[in-house]
Formats: sequence, structure tokens, C-alpha cells
Amino acid sequence: MKPGRVLLQVRGLSKFYGERVGCERVSFDLFPGEVLCIAGESGSGKSTLLQTLAYELRPDAGAVHYDLSGRGLTDLSGLPDSTLRELWRTDWGFVRQNPRDGLRMRVSAGANIGERLMAIGERHYGDIRVQAQDWLQRVEIDDTRLDEAPTSFSGGMQQRLQIARNLVTRPRLVFMDEPTAGLDVSVQARFLDLLRRLTAELRLAVILVTHDLAVARLLAQRLIVMRHGRIVETGLTDQVLDDPQHPYTQLLVSSVLAA
Amino acid sequence: MPNLPTLGVRRLGKHFILHTQGGTRLSVLDEISFDVDGGECLVLDGPSGAGKSTLLRCLYANYLPTHGEIWVREADNPGRIDIVTASPQQIVELRRTTISYVSQFLRVIPRVSARDIVAEPLQRLGCATEEARDRAAALLARLNLPERLWDLPPATFSGGEQQRVNIARGFIAERPLMLLDEPTASLDAANRDVVVNLIKEACARGAAVVGIFHDTEVRDAVATRRLPVQPVVAESAIVA
Ligand SMILES: Nc1ncnc2c1ncn2[C@@H]1O[C@H](COP(=O)(O)OP(=O)(O)O)[C@@H](O)[C@H]1O
Ligand SMILES: Nc1ncnc2c1ncn2[C@@H]1O[C@H](COP(=O)(O)OP(=O)(O)O)[C@@H](O)[C@H]1O
Ligand SMILES: [Mg+2]
Ligand SMILES: [Mg+2]
Repeated sequence: MKPGRVLLQVRGLSKFYGERVGCERVSFDLFPGEVLCIAGESGSGKSTLLQTLAYELRPDAGAVHYDLSGRGLTDLSGLPDSTLRELWRTDWGFVRQNPRDGLRMRVSAGANIGERLMAIGERHYGDIRVQAQDWLQRVEIDDTRLDEAPTSFSGGMQQRLQIARNLVTRPRLVFMDEPTAGLDVSVQARFLDLLRRLTAELRLAVILVTHDLAVARLLAQRLIVMRHGRIVETGLTDQVLDDPQHPYTQLLVSSVLAA
Repeated sequence: MPNLPTLGVRRLGKHFILHTQGGTRLSVLDEISFDVDGGECLVLDGPSGAGKSTLLRCLYANYLPTHGEIWVREADNPGRIDIVTASPQQIVELRRTTISYVSQFLRVIPRVSARDIVAEPLQRLGCATEEARDRAAALLARLNLPERLWDLPPATFSGGEQQRVNIARGFIAERPLMLLDEPTASLDAANRDVVVNLIKEACARGAAVVGIFHDTEVRDAVATRRLPVQPVVAESAIVA
């Protein structure tokens, strides 16, 4: 695909917790349909960066611009909360590491998916139900389980339900924080395959945080390596993994078996 | 405008700095320049460890050259791009439309069948799923991969079977620049011949091919030109 115009532009983004660095001076551009992985060890600032990009945390310095429908590249700091909330509910998705943070555990799977549809103005109960059923199938969950609450689902199913809940509104950008970290390896493969197909099919842009370099290799065209809140290296995923330039990236790559 | 070659390499150099080994500097390529036109098959010759694979990986932007330029003529575009300085987005696009790379080993994708792995490059060029899958099947058949394997993920295939899937994936899209790193290493004689024919057909349709072949018969059959690649003399040796 031709790169086209920038979807998300990040410049000098910093977030501090008091004296402690969350993330610092992060800059990059994301294009429509791109899958970008953010890798780094625990505590390197990946989750902080992701939440700051999504404007769930307010940056202490720097700016995030997003290509808002109908408005073009817009500085998120100038948006009223209502517009931000609409962005979160419609054009963006956020898949959490822990399904309890991304799903409503007490309501049915169908309602979890339907909720985002209602947020964009869908009112017809029958239509919502049909779309929810369709999305359950697309994430390989038996649609007879539409009325069950996610508490009765396995970990892998819960993560796939999060995907369905987020994608039902056809967002252009989805943030994901370690979505496979809590899954068994055998279940991970299915989840990753699904993600790979859906991102290609829907031309989704994804920013995915992972500490697993094999996940980055499989899914992402581009990779950012973080350490101590900063980007130490970034580029084409396979180039960063096969010919890492920075001492820290070399250490990271050489300490895993085969990514 | 003069007709530019498909690939133009200028004064290419590559060294590795091994930070995990005390910052050792390993010089692999130095001052390499050559052109490859459509229809040519340039074979890289040299002893093991000389840097042939490193050179090929630089041409695919899998390795980052230390200096020099690599000019590639983009499919359906009169201009050229220097992949050493190109953006990741430009490289992704070049790999989709212009450059094929066949390594010795298949990188399997969990749960994806051999046939879909082969069809994918075509689909990404806009080819309809059914047609892409038909052409994938035809190519796998030509490479004598048993039909019962087509719909299985190649993770459990033998080395030779995986290699044929890899070759099919690399050849299906008929891109203008083909980079081949020992594609016949684990194949029997009959399948080697199929690959030789695929390479000749690629050249005949106007592709520029750069390849490494350990097998002298294959090398002699496909080479239109050769480039010797010699190990770079280490700086410490020059000083001594
Ligand atoms: N709510 C918080 N309050 C104080 N410090 C925090 C908070 N969240 C994260 N941190 C600190 O910020 C740094 C980055 O953390 P985090 O973004 O969670 O990293 P990662 O996701 O890479 O593990 C760490 O030093 C962490 O202890
Ligand atoms: N990613 C890498 N990091 C460090 N050294 C490498 C890397 N890739 C190749 N080399 C080194 O470069 C030299 C040339 O290797 P290679 O290009 O594979 O040679 P050939 O293909 O001619 O046998 C070898 O010494 C090899 O160890
Ligand atoms: Mg985290
Ligand atoms: Mg080699």
C-alpha cells in the first residue's frame, strides 16, 4: 500500500511521574494501515507511552496530532473531552493486557460488542445483535455464546472478544498493550494469526506494545525499541532484529533464542 | 532519459560493531559497485564467510549498509530509490511491488497453510483470492510439493518441502528484482532443475536476478555474469 498521509504524528512526547521518567522525548509518525510494535523490557515505559499516545494520560511535554475525520491533522491537546471520548469510542480502539480492564465482565458478550455500536448511534436491537453475532464468528467464538458473560470464557476467548468489541466500529487506529502476555503459547498462535488477518483485511493501523520480539516479527512492519523511557532504536522490524545497531538492542536480541 | 539498470550499487560498505563482544568491529563489505539490468542473472562467488549473504541482505534492506548507495528502479515507476536512505514505508512498498528475497529457510507463519503463504504476495498486489490460490497451487505442483501438504501449515514439513514453499512464495509475484540466497541448497536434482527453469523464465520476462548458489551446476546454468566477493582484509592485519 502507498503510505499516504500521516495518521498519527508524535513529537517530543514526555510523561513523568513526579521525578520518575515514564517516557521521554518520543517522536515518530504512523501511517494508515501500519502495524508498529513497541518493545522493551519491563519498566521501560511502553505502557506509559501507549496511554499517553491515546491521551488517556496527559503529556507533560510534546504533542500528539491525529488525522481526525473531516478535520485533518489535529493537536489532541486542543480537543474538548467530549471529542476525545468520541474518538476513544469510535475511531480508536484499546485492547488491554488484562481482559478485565477492557471488557465489562458482568454483561453478555453480545452487550460488550453492542455497547460500542450504540455509542456510534446504532439503535436497532436486532441489527446490533446480528453484528455482534457476526463479530463473534470473525474472532472464532461460537455465536451461541452471545448471551454469556465473558467470565465464562477462557483467557484466549476473552482477548478475542476484546478484539471484536474494539473492531466492530471499524476504528482506524487500535492501541494494544501486551494482548498476548497472559495467554498460553498454544493460544497465542491463534490470537496472533487472527490479529494478522484482521489488520491486513481492515487496513488497521495498530500500535502494539510487547516484550516478545517474535510477536513483533510476526505482526509489525516497524519496531520501536525503548529503554528508560526513551527510544533507543527504530526502523523496519526485520532490520532492527537482524542487524541491530544500538548496544542495548543487540543485547536484547541476543538474549532471546530466535525471534 | 537513459535507461537505468534495475539495480545500481555504488561503493557499498558494511561492517558490524559487535557491542556484546567488547565493541569488536567486523568489516565484511568494502567499496562494492555493480549494476544489474533486467534479464541478467548476477551470481555472487566467494568462499564461505566472504559476505555474500550480507550483500544480498543489504539489497533487501534487511541489513543496514554502513556506507554507499543501492539504487532500485521501482516497478511501474521511472524513478529510482536509494534503499540505504529510504523510509521504512518506502521499503515496505518496494518489497511489495519490486523486490523478492528467497532465503535458505522459510519463516513459517503459525496456522497459515502452505498454499496461503505462497498466495499472499499476489493478494497484496491486488490479485483476487481465488486466482492467487490457484496460481499458488500451480506453482507448488510444478515444484512437486505433494498436494496433500498444500492446505497444511509448513511448520512440520521437511527442510526440502519448506524450501519449495519458500521458493514458490518468492517467485509467484514476478517482481522485477529477485534476490536468491542458496535457494536450491536442500533440493534433489529434479527440483533443482525446476528452480533453474524458474530463474531462467524470470530473466526472460525481464527480471534482474542476484543469486548465491553453492551448487556449481546450478550456478553455471543460470549465471549471465559473476561478481567475486572476497573477505575484507581486517584493518588490524593491514596495520601489522
Ligand atoms: N502510576 C504510576 N506512578 C508512578 N510511577 C509509575 C506509574 N506507572 C508507571 N510508573 C513508572 O514508570 C516507568 C515506566 O513504566 P511502564 O510504562 O509501566 O513500563 P512498561 O510498560 O514498559 O513495563 C517505570 O519506572 C514505572 O515504575
Ligand atoms: N547480523 C550479523 N551480525 C554480526 N555479524 C554478521 C551478521 N551477519 C553476518 N555476519 C558476519 O559477516 C561475515 C560474512 O557472513 P555471510 O555474509 O553470511 O557470508 P557468506 O554468505 O559469504 O558465507 C561472517 O563473518 C558473519 O559472521
Ligand atoms: Mg506495561
Ligand atoms: Mg551465505
